[in-house]
Amino acid sequence: MKMEGMKYSTVSEIAGPLIIVEGVKEVGYGEIVKIESHGEERMGQVLEAAEGKAVIQVFEGTRGLDTKATSVTFTGKPMEIGVSMEMLGRIFDGKGMPIDGAPSPIPEDIRNVNGFPMNPSAREYPRDPIQTGISTIDGMNTLVRGQKLPIFSGAGLPHNELAAQIARQAKVTGQEEEFAVIFCAMGITAEEADFFMRDFEETGAIERSVLFLNLANSPVIERLIAPKVALTTAEYLAFDKGMHVLVILTDMTNYAEALREISAAREEVPGRRGYPGYMYTDLAQIYERAGRIQGKKGTITQIPILTMPDDDITHPIPDLTGYITEGQIVLSRELHHKGIYPPVAVLPSLSRLMAEGIGKGKTREDHHQLSNQLYAAYAEGCDLRDLVAVVGEEALTERDKKFLEFADEFEERFVKQGRDEDRTFEETLNLGWELLSMLPKAELKKIDDKYIEKYYRG
Amino acid sequence: MKGKIVSVAGPVVKAKGMKGAKMYDLVKVGEEELVGEIIELKEDRATIQVYEDTTGLKPGEPVINTGMPLAVELGPGLLASIYDGIQRPLPKIMEKAGDFITRGIEVHALDRKKKWEFIPKVKEKEKVKAGDIIGVVKETPIVEHRILVPPEIEEGVVESVEEGKYKVEDTVAIIKTKEGKKEIKMMQKWPVRKQRPFKQKLPPTIPLITGQRVFDTFFPMAKGGTGAIPGGFGTGKTVSQHQLARWSDADIVVYIGCGERGNEMTEVLRDFPKLKDPKTGHPLMERTILIANTSNMPVAAREASIYTGITLAEYYRDMGYDVALMADSTSRWAEALREISGRLEEMPGEEGYPAYLASRLAEFYERAGRVKVLGSKDREGSISIVGAVSPPGGDFSEPVTQNTLRIVKVFWALDSDLADRRHFPAVNWLRSYSLYLDRVKEWWEENVGKDWLDLRNEAMALLQKEDELQEIIRLVGPDALPPLDRVVLEGARIIREDFLQQNAYHEIDTYCPYKKQYEMLRIMLKFYHLMREAVEKGVDFEKLKNLKAKEAIARMATTPNDEYEERFKQIEKEMEEEIKRLMRG
Repeated sequence: MKMEGMKYSTVSEIAGPLIIVEGVKEVGYGEIVKIESHGEERMGQVLEAAEGKAVIQVFEGTRGLDTKATSVTFTGKPMEIGVSMEMLGRIFDGKGMPIDGAPSPIPEDIRNVNGFPMNPSAREYPRDPIQTGISTIDGMNTLVRGQKLPIFSGAGLPHNELAAQIARQAKVTGQEEEFAVIFCAMGITAEEADFFMRDFEETGAIERSVLFLNLANSPVIERLIAPKVALTTAEYLAFDKGMHVLVILTDMTNYAEALREISAAREEVPGRRGYPGYMYTDLAQIYERAGRIQGKKGTITQIPILTMPDDDITHPIPDLTGYITEGQIVLSRELHHKGIYPPVAVLPSLSRLMAEGIGKGKTREDHHQLSNQLYAAYAEGCDLRDLVAVVGEEALTERDKKFLEFADEFEERFVKQGRDEDRTFEETLNLGWELLSMLPKAELKKIDDKYIEKYYRG
Repeated sequence: MKGKIVSVAGPVVKAKGMKGAKMYDLVKVGEEELVGEIIELKEDRATIQVYEDTTGLKPGEPVINTGMPLAVELGPGLLASIYDGIQRPLPKIMEKAGDFITRGIEVHALDRKKKWEFIPKVKEKEKVKAGDIIGVVKETPIVEHRILVPPEIEEGVVESVEEGKYKVEDTVAIIKTKEGKKEIKMMQKWPVRKQRPFKQKLPPTIPLITGQRVFDTFFPMAKGGTGAIPGGFGTGKTVSQHQLARWSDADIVVYIGCGERGNEMTEVLRDFPKLKDPKTGHPLMERTILIANTSNMPVAAREASIYTGITLAEYYRDMGYDVALMADSTSRWAEALREISGRLEEMPGEEGYPAYLASRLAEFYERAGRVKVLGSKDREGSISIVGAVSPPGGDFSEPVTQNTLRIVKVFWALDSDLADRRHFPAVNWLRSYSLYLDRVKEWWEENVGKDWLDLRNEAMALLQKEDELQEIIRLVGPDALPPLDRVVLEGARIIREDFLQQNAYHEIDTYCPYKKQYEMLRIMLKFYHLMREAVEKGVDFEKLKNLKAKEAIARMATTPNDEYEERFKQIEKEMEEEIKRLMRG
């Protein structure tokens, strides 16, 4: 990337991640600047462009900068990255610089990382499934190509393992289609990054993946850039190269924290719990980049992962996310304590786009009714557990005992699966039927007789 | 007049050299001529909110004041369109810019080339007043577009008017007024922030039939009324709004997707041309205008989208139509206000919202109403507004919900517990209310049944009683209740599951005609009374558990709308016989 433009050494103020440069001319809002200080180079972005003054946020932070020996060069361009097919199999930092020791791939195109909003008239409604090999997702909350379906987790829950497993196993069924995974880590620890890198490399998943890693000790502002870089790459692979791209973003909580940190440094009026008032818009600019376009083969599907502070689903981060995304997969501490992996809480989880992504020709004819019945039966079993806690199991009728037993088995066999157990849609659905067959036929009120006849095995 | 940019920060631009500019004037900002609006003036300096992405904008670039406020184009061709927040047609933007919305794209809201068949409704030398119908245009197969004398022409005499094919900018008539001759074109402009005038407000007394049982029968909306649907995520706000947009018996529907999901707008765009209006049998799209400012589109345009929508609604109201406007979601609009307010460094009120949030909300909802429209003859039109509210964390005590509730008359409270139990629409019957109940009572009594309100109130009482009994059950279990109370529970369960729940995705159940609603409720309550009678006469409650009638009642909702009368009669007869058999022992 060639950078040119005026150089200034008139830094008048440094505060938090921000510097203010005086006496500047022709500075554009949002343009990228190069900052040099004591032989070290950093990058920044213009947050406010005024006559003779610019406020700049420094990606690497301002530690070690001073007002005297710092010079600033304006590039006249917004943040851009070079994109190419060669990025597959590579590892980059949050700004898109390679960190795997190999040279930068030769760009096939240069793109503005902010992108532009997709025209709602150009969108195509998502309606084809992705098989993740996880029964609770495939069977109960099917992920659809072009959807954004977050995982709401909590500190200490195995969301990283689940993310890695999805990245490894995700595929589109049916005809051979090109599938890629873009993995964007924000503010994760070196240990976690190491886990992902090793997992991707050992399983060979790396070959169809692009990794962007911003670690906990990397600059905060880079965390805000990383998902945009990742999604710009995704847009290129999907809409220019016709690939089905799955973007995993982890951990969005770190992203939101970074947003709050910058907002505080800019002395903005805080919204709920100190997060900036524009957090909804900001998150939407990431999540809404999922989707598909009429007449284009490729798709972008997103799985953002976030850890709910104190497992609180009403906290602004999961709350605003839930308002934008098309459903959510919720992980449960209770199931985790029971030793069930992946600890997906089926009842509060939801995939809003599932209805059109499943059924005959997509997964299987009985999928819809089967998942409704499994949900209803499991919900009833869970309700009965509460009742048992009050009145004891002896007070239950034979029928109720069956449902109680069903709920236990459902968790043990359907929810629980191995860390590298990759179930096909067929296997997941058959397993569902096997479990339903514990219940009397007459109790399967949500399923048509023709399917009961065909699949019921009791 | 040309000014110069002084500073740029996000969607807020400050410019100098703007002497003579007025508040809310529309300006073109920068070399790319981005659309903006003046929101603050200080001497010759103006603060501008820009409706497009401002990246790359530089101090020193020009700002051109158009001298006109942000206005919408009104005329034939609005229906079946999809616009962004400032009335740019999205398909036209796509033609110009491709799949993504770039900047500085200028497109007309109305097609300048299309010719419309204009049929005059006045003769030459006829006296006309503001609001009179000069002529009509068949805008879509189901909607007659009425070309009105614009409000600024008080009165005059038609000098010439001629039938023929015209483009929207052609003159269709000339009116001689005191101020001289005025040319009437099919297209008019109107500033979005200014309410269009009317003669007089009327009380809303006619229900807006939505085909949704919990709304129509339990918490009715009136034509010209205002309502809010607050609910946390996943409670079904958008599905409810879509259902209202689909099945409301309004003549015109304006749907504003304000800061919501792109895929949802795509869904509407895909479904509405295919769905048939139950009244006319024509595609719903032919009476619908969509305004889409999705969550990732520029935030200032989101603020404007609400006003764009309501102005279009007022225009059709002035023609004498009943218009229903859905805004999903007003919270995103309020957040846009907050964001702009924050950038202006205004003193924040509660939760960072500006202190004028309440007055802006009130201003918006006040543009609803049933009115006598302008014109020599007495004609009526109405706008009903239903706003979705997205309270953070589903907590209704937050400012947007609370300020909205102070204005609107119908409150449909969505409940995440109900949604978790897959009870849809997840309207909490104990929290919701409608202040139109007494006003629309007469209509129901006249058109449906004398005992409509009694039935409705009895069902509510039953649900209330159920709620009280639930607390006892939590302590002692259901079996310990006396049989009559268990009948109450059973009656309430039937109303909850078979009446209040309604499947938006079921071919038949998605729309329930009002007469059918009444019949369903009547039969359910009759069944409840029969059960009571049986228990009172000593029939064991256990024997009531597996009545065939229950299954029949559960299937009422999905009985085809053209056969239900027959079938319901049969159900009623069979259930009476079944219970009588029990009583005989």
